[in-house]
Amino acid sequence: MSPQESTESTTPAPGEGGHRWPLWEVFVRSSRGLSHVHAGSLHAPDAAMALRNARDLYTRRNEGVSIWVVPSDAIAASDPDAKGAFFESPQGKDYRHATYYTKSEGVKHL
Amino acid sequence: MTQSLGGDASATRILPSSSPRSQARDGALAAGAPPGNALRPEDIALAAQQGAAKPGEDVANYALRLGDDALILAQRLAHWISRAPELEEDVALGNIALDQLGHARSFLTYAGSAWGKTEDELAYFRREPEFRSAHLFEQPNGDFAATIARQFIVANYQFPLYRALVNSSDPMLAAIAAKAVKEVDYHRDHSTQWVLRLAGGTEESRRRMIAGLKLMWPFVGELFEDDALTARLGDAGVVPSSLKAEFDLATAEVLDEAELDVSAYPMATGGGRQGRHSEHLGFVLAELQVLAREFPGASW
Repeated sequence: MSPQESTESTTPAPGEGGHRWPLWEVFVRSSRGLSHVHAGSLHAPDAAMALRNARDLYTRRNEGVSIWVVPSDAIAASDPDAKGAFFESPQGKDYRHATYYTKSEGVKHL
Repeated sequence: MTQSLGGDASATRILPSSSPRSQARDGALAAGAPPGNALRPEDIALAAQQGAAKPGEDVANYALRLGDDALILAQRLAHWISRAPELEEDVALGNIALDQLGHARSFLTYAGSAWGKTEDELAYFRREPEFRSAHLFEQPNGDFAATIARQFIVANYQFPLYRALVNSSDPMLAAIAAKAVKEVDYHRDHSTQWVLRLAGGTEESRRRMIAGLKLMWPFVGELFEDDALTARLGDAGVVPSSLKAEFDLATAEVLDEAELDVSAYPMATGGGRQGRHSEHLGFVLAELQVLAREFPGASW
């Protein structure tokens, strides 16, 4: 496998043929001022077609004013098996929340 | 035409109480305000029943042509559902089919209001020679490239047509066109993307794109033919031949980029506007109409 090929989608090719288009993650912003939110994924041959497919699949019911598509491969995700090490550490560390602290005497405008 | 014998059946109907929404829209149409974006066939039927918008004979026959074009194309495209090369493209073609069906419903509802006929009566209970669609729309889907070739021609015809029709002196035609033009703009983009990709893809995809254009291009000529009706319409309609220059320019731009040449293809004789169709339309109508004709009045 050449380095060129290795950068292509690592999406497993279901079924026969294995000519599958790469996978893209779709982020839709529902209205001005809000953030783009992950809506789902789709297959498309390139970015331009991914945007159009996303428009057809995820904004059919007036859901969005803006779409981002990102190659799924470009997303680095946390390891679901490392949940403990990654996400349990903040538990019990109440002092990381502002509500942990009592207001100091004489401090105004808090 | 049999539809014109329909008479004043609509006069005997019980008028449903109108919603404030449609009243407001009727008012906007009558005042010549910019037409709304969400005009529905139901609003058109209501406006016609209330006498707010009833087309003359020529405008109705013109709307019938545009409606039949869209209806037959919608039926053709719907056949792709569950059969497209990819799930994503399945949805894309299905969306385009539904857009066309929406345009067909609006145009046919409006046309039918001149003759006391509903959209369903026009769609399901006319015979083949009574359909006024151009031959391009009834052409078989073929492979995906042939369908894309047909879409490419249709969208580049309908886009300038509807954009011009927005300025029609008939407020209802203008309102239907205003809604349709945005949707057709996307159809144009969709087909353009695919013409470029199929032509520039593999040897096989390019071969199929060329074959698809060769199949469909002869039906371009009929779309831009003027006749007595389009001449009589004046400001209410769009003269077909006036759209040809933009069609040539817009398609040439894409075809040049794709390094495709359609200049050598001959033009077919047409005749759809007079009700003379190719062998294909009868089969399309058989599938489209069978349920309504087997079980008249059926609802589901």
